[in-house]
Amino acid sequence: MTAIDQSATVAIDAEEVRRVRRERAERIGRWVLPLTIMALAIFAWDRICVWNEIPHYILPRPGVVLQALYNDAALLFSSLLVTLRITFLGLLLAVAGGVGLAVLFAQSKWVEMSFFPFAVVLQVTPIVAIFPLINIYVDNQTTKLLLCAWIVAFFPILSNTTLGLNSADRNLRDLFALNGATRWQELWLLRLPSAMPYFLGGLKIAGGLALIGAVVAEFVAGAAGQSSGLASRIIEAGYRLNAPRLFAALILISATGIVIFLVLSWVSHMMLRRWHESALKQER
Amino acid sequence: MLALQTSTERSATRAPLLSLRGVGKAFSNGVTALSGVDMTIRQGDFVSLLGPSGCGKSTALRIIAGLSTPTTGGLDWHGETIGQRDLGFVFQEPTLMPWASVFDNVWLPLRLRGVSRAQAAAEIGEMLERVHLTGFEKAVPRELSGGMKMRVSIARSLVTRPKLLLMDEPFAALDEITRFKLNDDILELWQDRKLTVVFVTHSVFESVFLSNRIIVMAARPGRVHGEFDVDAPYPRDERFRTSADYAALCRDASEALLGAINASHQAYRGRA
Ligand SMILES: Nc1ncnc2c1ncn2[C@@H]1O[C@H](COP(=O)(O)OP(=O)(O)OP(=O)(O)O)[C@@H](O)[C@H]1O
Ligand SMILES: [Mg+2]
Repeated sequence: MTAIDQSATVAIDAEEVRRVRRERAERIGRWVLPLTIMALAIFAWDRICVWNEIPHYILPRPGVVLQALYNDAALLFSSLLVTLRITFLGLLLAVAGGVGLAVLFAQSKWVEMSFFPFAVVLQVTPIVAIFPLINIYVDNQTTKLLLCAWIVAFFPILSNTTLGLNSADRNLRDLFALNGATRWQELWLLRLPSAMPYFLGGLKIAGGLALIGAVVAEFVAGAAGQSSGLASRIIEAGYRLNAPRLFAALILISATGIVIFLVLSWVSHMMLRRWHESALKQER
Repeated sequence: MLALQTSTERSATRAPLLSLRGVGKAFSNGVTALSGVDMTIRQGDFVSLLGPSGCGKSTALRIIAGLSTPTTGGLDWHGETIGQRDLGFVFQEPTLMPWASVFDNVWLPLRLRGVSRAQAAAEIGEMLERVHLTGFEKAVPRELSGGMKMRVSIARSLVTRPKLLLMDEPFAALDEITRFKLNDDILELWQDRKLTVVFVTHSVFESVFLSNRIIVMAARPGRVHGEFDVDAPYPRDERFRTSADYAALCRDASEALLGAINASHQAYRGRA
């Protein structure tokens, strides 16, 4: 018995102990450090306001912002809901459009060569510059905003999924050919699973972009007084020099973006964790 | 006691299955991978293609599989033509789908033929047992060792009960002990299923241990340098691996390979 106990303690050498300790510290630090810095920054913000006697319509103290978030909760959260709806519908359409187009492109190099440049054009032209056109041609308010969010968000999905569909293992493709696989079987059983990690990478980017697209669209539309999303709350608050509410709306938007990113990262991790390098826990 | 036949006796009685007739293959980058290759594979053969790197072994195998078409010459099937669906192919790498379980990977060829999971289960179970992987059905490839992955790949290639099995340096990346074990397994499968095997390798020892005939190839351009029968009875086991016969046969094969390598170098120097 004692011999076994001894060997069990000996099995972990000094280096291993150090590594385990370092890993634990890293795991804790990953959350504690940014939160500490954030708390310090908020504290510094508060102090700066007090020491310099900055009026709250220029830079409100954090407490005032929190108060505004609480007092205007009904207004702000109903606006957030509007923005979220556009964001998620936009993201959903971006996924459908991006993957759909990628699958179409994967059917033939010629189709890809013909249409991919247009996707690039759509991507590189600033949405703010396109919006006035959309405003002319599209009547429905929601459609306008959706179109904007979609244009901004679909490209990373399209581009990543296209790359993924084309990067299926050569030998596996030969194997599928040898076994007489149909186009559909090859797509469904080989190309789409191969594209999964690429698609999920694109999705993570697109999630943030859909929010940006939605907010930017609301801004441009809101300038014409036609929107009720968070962006219009910001514009409104700006006109009325209501800085606390402006900050509160801003914080809501950032928090939404962070939540979207975290959720999509989690989804990606769960889908890939059994097989893909990017999601594997290192086992040494 | 089994009546042991020597390979010459056996190969003499074997009907030819397919012949490569003056096969040449030139790639668009100017490489002549094969030139004037003649070889005949007989029913029930275990033939090794042995040769230095770049002599066109893989190319020849891909041509037999119909994955590549010869530039000159052609492929003759004697008797029945074995289509792509009736042959098994084992790649140098395990080439498994990393997202799919062992079961699903082995199921793939049947699935592509429209066989449902339930219908395929019995055959897959038997195949996994043959390669000693029972109990690993649910594992994904990354949870397996290199040798186990290769076993999955072999199981997958045989699950459709092909008549012809093409293997492209399947064990090159494995350690010797694992390779010996897999060599035994593949010989057993070959005998039980009355397979015809074309086995690409650059290992003299492996080719002598496994095959009843060795075709030695030379490079630049890829061609058949010579071929000879491995005159040793089956079943072959550990005793054969340590026998004087085996050593002598390996010496012969080594000399043939050395000749092929020299011929490749001379061709290269002659061209330069
Ligand atoms: N798709 C291709 N395009 C151009 N050249 C090729 C292609 N495939 C093979 N080759 C060339 O043909 C020659 C033979 O290649 P092959 O892969 O058949 O050799 P090999 O005998 O299998 O070699 P190894 O033992 O290294 O696998 C090589 O010179 C290679 O560069
Ligand atoms: Mg090769």
